[in-house]
Amino acid sequence: MTDPAPGNRWKRYDVWDDRPLHFDGFAADSAEDGFHATNSPSDPSPSLVMANGRVVEMDGVPEDRFDMIDAFIARYHIDPEIAAEAMALESEEFARRLVDVNVERSELVRLARGMTPAKLCEVLDGMNTLELSFAQTKLRARKVPGNQAHVTNAKDDPVQMAADAATAAVMGFDEVETTMRVARNSWSNALACLIGASVGKPGTLFQCACEEAEELKLGMAGLTSYAETVSVYGTEGSFVDGDDTPWSKAFLIAAYSSRGIKTRCTSGGGAELLMGFHDTKSLLYLEARCLCVQRGIGVQGTQNGGIDGAPVTASMMGGMREILAENVLAALLDLECASGNDTRISESEIRVGAKIMPHLMSGTDLLCSGFGSIPAYDNSFAASLFNGEEIEDFLTVQRDFELDGGIRHVPEDQVMSIRRRAVLALEAVYRDLGLAELSNRQKDSVVLASGSDDTDTFTLNEIGVISEAISRRGITLLDVVAALGRSGFEEVARDLLRLLRYRVSGDYLQTAAVIRDDSVVSAVNQPNDYRGPRTGYRLSEKRRGEIADIRGILTKEEIFELAERHAASERRRYHMEPVGTAHAGRREGEVVIAISPAFGLKLHQTTSGLYLSRVLKALLEGIGEGDGVGRVVRAWHTADTSFLGLTAARLSASGIGIGIQAKGTAVIHSADDYPHMNLELFSQAPITTLDHYRRMGRNAACYARGERPEPVTIPYRGEALGARFHVQTSLIYALETGMLEENAEPEELRVTFLGH
Amino acid sequence: MDTRRRTIGELYPASEKQAERIATPGGHALSDLTLENVLEGKLTAEDVGIRPDTLQLQAEVSRATGRGPLAENFERGAELVDVPQQDLFETYEMLRPGRAQNKAELLELADRYRTKHNAPHIAALIEDAAETYERRNLYRKRF
Repeated sequence: MTDPAPGNRWKRYDVWDDRPLHFDGFAADSAEDGFHATNSPSDPSPSLVMANGRVVEMDGVPEDRFDMIDAFIARYHIDPEIAAEAMALESEEFARRLVDVNVERSELVRLARGMTPAKLCEVLDGMNTLELSFAQTKLRARKVPGNQAHVTNAKDDPVQMAADAATAAVMGFDEVETTMRVARNSWSNALACLIGASVGKPGTLFQCACEEAEELKLGMAGLTSYAETVSVYGTEGSFVDGDDTPWSKAFLIAAYSSRGIKTRCTSGGGAELLMGFHDTKSLLYLEARCLCVQRGIGVQGTQNGGIDGAPVTASMMGGMREILAENVLAALLDLECASGNDTRISESEIRVGAKIMPHLMSGTDLLCSGFGSIPAYDNSFAASLFNGEEIEDFLTVQRDFELDGGIRHVPEDQVMSIRRRAVLALEAVYRDLGLAELSNRQKDSVVLASGSDDTDTFTLNEIGVISEAISRRGITLLDVVAALGRSGFEEVARDLLRLLRYRVSGDYLQTAAVIRDDSVVSAVNQPNDYRGPRTGYRLSEKRRGEIADIRGILTKEEIFELAERHAASERRRYHMEPVGTAHAGRREGEVVIAISPAFGLKLHQTTSGLYLSRVLKALLEGIGEGDGVGRVVRAWHTADTSFLGLTAARLSASGIGIGIQAKGTAVIHSADDYPHMNLELFSQAPITTLDHYRRMGRNAACYARGERPEPVTIPYRGEALGARFHVQTSLIYALETGMLEENAEPEELRVTFLGH
Repeated sequence: MDTRRRTIGELYPASEKQAERIATPGGHALSDLTLENVLEGKLTAEDVGIRPDTLQLQAEVSRATGRGPLAENFERGAELVDVPQQDLFETYEMLRPGRAQNKAELLELADRYRTKHNAPHIAALIEDAAETYERRNLYRKRF
């Protein structure tokens, strides 16, 4: 029996209902409906039967009942020389090896070559989130982690595309991916991103997601350097519905390779569910099938981890853990992993931040596929997990945990200069090739734009004409290089030509290849060699410096410079003259104010921005209003608020004193109380106003007369005051304590307020 | 050249370690990829690509690093270098579900790759598809 409620609503629910989280939808586990992140009751048990080097049964299905995915995996993924050994190994034992720093990555990926999808799932099912993240640390293919950016805009504006691609590249993204709102604009998109990315950072790889044949044409023209939208699905129904088979995809990947274009496939939990062909299996099991197909195809890597299905995956119990497991599985199968984190899985910023953490902690080949480098509304793929608005949040998390998410802060003047250079380079190419002219207003608006809302640029139709001309005239990378070379952009031209060197040599076709500092870096020449503490990838001093250098870092010099500027104006507001050692007072109703050593000497403003002259005046006026008599002394032996207060109280005839620090923290103390047992305290200086100080003075006068006034409270609404002010406060306080003199007596001050 | 005794560090990156073995499809050396040659028109669209022997070389690197399927993909790619773009699109289209109406059509396509393009790996891939598509009823009409 429960007690009857006094009403129909606990008001906390109103608060919860108003939070962005409540836009998110959630699903209960239901294998029948395809909602099972991992370990669905209908997932098969692992099994593998070989006869004469041929798979005749896999995961409980005999060969004559293999669907096309089973058939492909059996034929192209399962390594018959390793299968018996790998399948005989207890899944729990293998899972332990995945988190054992003494077992090398090469041994783990070797064994995975002989494991079936159900076996791989059984291994990962036994691992929790922390273990999965740790396993990824070991299994990532390339030693150095990286990141990829989305660069798109709502107008398909190539000018903005060039500026934004340059911005993404200079921030450190290894790859840039674009797509468009209107299909025919793919050529103008590609050409603009190509130029922009190279202006930002030579060697930035670039792709344009569009229709398969068109994408291959763009690649062949050299306007793009990789492709990652080769989709693979985990059930036969969805694969066919996606209009492909593992064989058609294998052919397509080979076709890309034949043109020297880097590729990765894409798959992810929830895709089959969204397409209506989930076969009641768990998301992880279906993804394991996708990844075994991909290894069999011979593609170097994958973009996986939910991807378009991430939001529905995240609606399930364990959905985010499942996504993490997908990425671990990709790495275990020795594939480059561009680990999703490219879809806004929630309206809750807390869930977004939580989502990235296990991936950011382990590091992946490309953390996001990609990160929204542009504002969310400009993202033509739909908003990413992180967007242009949140780049600084991400940079700060990198810094907080000393983690490498692949990007850095770039100072504002440098960004604007690079954006301008990219726009001018594009203009030069357009002019040289007779594609279009750019107006000054257009260029300026783009350079300064955060997003396409801020630009004054081409219409969609004008862009269509440019794009069709690029396609129709068969403009290639070499035409772009020549145009740049003829127009005073020789350096950009040479940088783009270096990309051709990787195309011709095929070096960036190898697993997890990116270009860093004009060299190809891949799992071949820089394999992940993590073997426990102090091994594997660690931040270099240079990289550590980049990660440390975010905006808004306060320095002591800046704070003192600011203080110095206020000193002059404060000298015109009041005079403070020392008139000898302070002695105990005798006047009735006396309230002594003890100020800290730096108060009015080296520091002149409270953390809420109030001038100390005004604060002191408010306190004294308040004391006067309460019929008290104020007196000011400076303490040299302490800068602590309580001890300042107690010092003041002991000097005061009434036994009541006020202590105040330069940063504005103030206290009313009684001479009879122990330190810290104050009568009233303003601990939240940043939100304390002159009126509060005035009322504190008045109350102090009341205590001095033996009354019990209503204490003054500062209205606090939950602001993270520590986050906002503690850097400043600590630096200021160090200045105060630096001026302390042991055993020095408080000094009597004569304070005169001037007219200003 | 016997590469079996060479370490990965001696093979890769090929553009640095084996530059002398690499040329553009148009026959230019890597060192010919200069802005001056572009401006003089010595490099053409044909040079924006990769040669079959270069893909074979990368296949060796993949195999040496334990990536058999990747090596096989590069070998299939090598066979497609000289196949015209339009043929690639048509073959890809034929391999999509429901495009070929029966097994014979795909076997004929495979045969063309084996004889006309000297592409045995691609032919084998298509033949394998032909077999599975029949068993899984993937020649069924889709549109």
